Amino acid sequence: MNTTPLVSSTAATGQGAGASTPAIKPRPGPPLWLLAELTYRCPLHCVFCYNPVDFAHHDDEISTDDWIRVLQQGRALGAVQLGLSGGEPLLRDDLEVIVAEAKRLGFYSNLLTSGVGLTEERAVALKAAGLDHVQLSFQDSTREMNDFLSHTKTFSLKNKVGKIIKDQGWPMVLNVVIHRLNIDHIDEIIRMAHEMGAEYLELANTQYYSWAFVNRSQLLPTHAQLQEAEKVTEAWRAKLGDAMKIFFVAPDYHEGKVKKCVNGWGSMFMTIAPDGFALPCHTARLLPGLTFPNVKEASLSDIWYDSDGFNRYRGTGWMKEPCASCAHKEEDLGGCRCQAFMLANDPDATDPVCSLSPLHHTVQAAVAEAASVTAQEHPLVFRDPVNSRRLSSV
Amino acid sequence: MGTERCNCIEVRGRVLTALTLQSIPRVSPGFRLQYEPAQECHVLLYPEGMVKLNQTAGEILSRCDGQRSVNEVVAELEQAFSTTGLETDVMAFMTLAKEQLWLSWE
Repeated sequence: MNTTPLVSSTAATGQGAGASTPAIKPRPGPPLWLLAELTYRCPLHCVFCYNPVDFAHHDDEISTDDWIRVLQQGRALGAVQLGLSGGEPLLRDDLEVIVAEAKRLGFYSNLLTSGVGLTEERAVALKAAGLDHVQLSFQDSTREMNDFLSHTKTFSLKNKVGKIIKDQGWPMVLNVVIHRLNIDHIDEIIRMAHEMGAEYLELANTQYYSWAFVNRSQLLPTHAQLQEAEKVTEAWRAKLGDAMKIFFVAPDYHEGKVKKCVNGWGSMFMTIAPDGFALPCHTARLLPGLTFPNVKEASLSDIWYDSDGFNRYRGTGWMKEPCASCAHKEEDLGGCRCQAFMLANDPDATDPVCSLSPLHHTVQAAVAEAASVTAQEHPLVFRDPVNSRRLSSV
Repeated sequence: MGTERCNCIEVRGRVLTALTLQSIPRVSPGFRLQYEPAQECHVLLYPEGMVKLNQTAGEILSRCDGQRSVNEVVAELEQAFSTTGLETDVMAFMTLAKEQLWLSWE
């Protein structure tokens, strides 16, 4: 999943969130959103995949019983939104068993899938098991994008899966990852989503982690492309009204402002990787000097409330300048730790995406440079186990 | 638009059926209402999202079951909270909830 979770909001007649922060660290709220990355196996080779580049070294998968226990413990802590993701979650034969347990426990379950393998038979079984929604992703590799745009084979496959989804009575939700190679076609992408009968369309501009970071210079759009894409999106919103809700997630490299990553480290989001490691975000394992517990050895409650890994960047006490004295620190929590490590080589630093970071010029330079990169200089690296082993040889 | 016949009002380009005491509201199909003990409130769940409801909103929406009329919901709330005169506030909230697409009625 390339998206950050949709944040809960209080009803219009309600009170706002957030009391003032006392000197003592307040106990964190529950992990409302639990992301189960069931496997790193995947039939696709997306160049913007957020799975860790070294995924081939983590090919252990925890068992069905482990996942059932994770769901039970998560629900007991207060988790309510469950993401079933990967890799490609449909590759797990026990998916229906996991979904059924989620339903029994009262989770709202979301399957985040490429649709490859979602036959009518599988869809019927998942619906019967109680799956609440299927998010179908589009544009899984540059080759597929070209096919899709030229209305060839892939489009008809996705269209077929779209119909299967609708026939089961699920809301039709599409996620399209946007990057330089398809951003100019956003008008056509929105039209196709509408023609498929999508109720929600998420236009998720690539965030630069993992494989997207490796391919960054090919994927970063220019400012002009982004502005045009936003204009096109606005025009469609005005035209469609409530017929299709369109989310446009802008890339933070262009904003000059940081995102409140996962709504705050260890504040409402927990992900469990396929080998059972519990993480506060998809890529936290790349951070130096941190260890994360495994669900085979520790309970979710101990992990969430008491582990060093989850406590490390909670709140604002860990911040360095300029974050520590910044008026925005409670709003954005200094941005993203993984991005700070990747760009500034220091996970405690201000996220260089922030215009107040002393390294912000490096982000601006990356955006400028990407505009002039050619495919010959930096060929795209496709996500697969061979490349994974090559890029992460230790 | 036949406004005299169907008692419709236009809000931001959408035509909404005005709420009456006889209307029978229900939580819209795209949303699931449930009580969450860990958060001590009701929530509305939808694809990858959640709306946290305050107590009032939760009490009202949990009675919007597609069976009870607005009149009945108001009467129940007044009894449950030993008070009177809730009609205006309840109807105002329901109209707001309809604009958010959480509630629907014929």
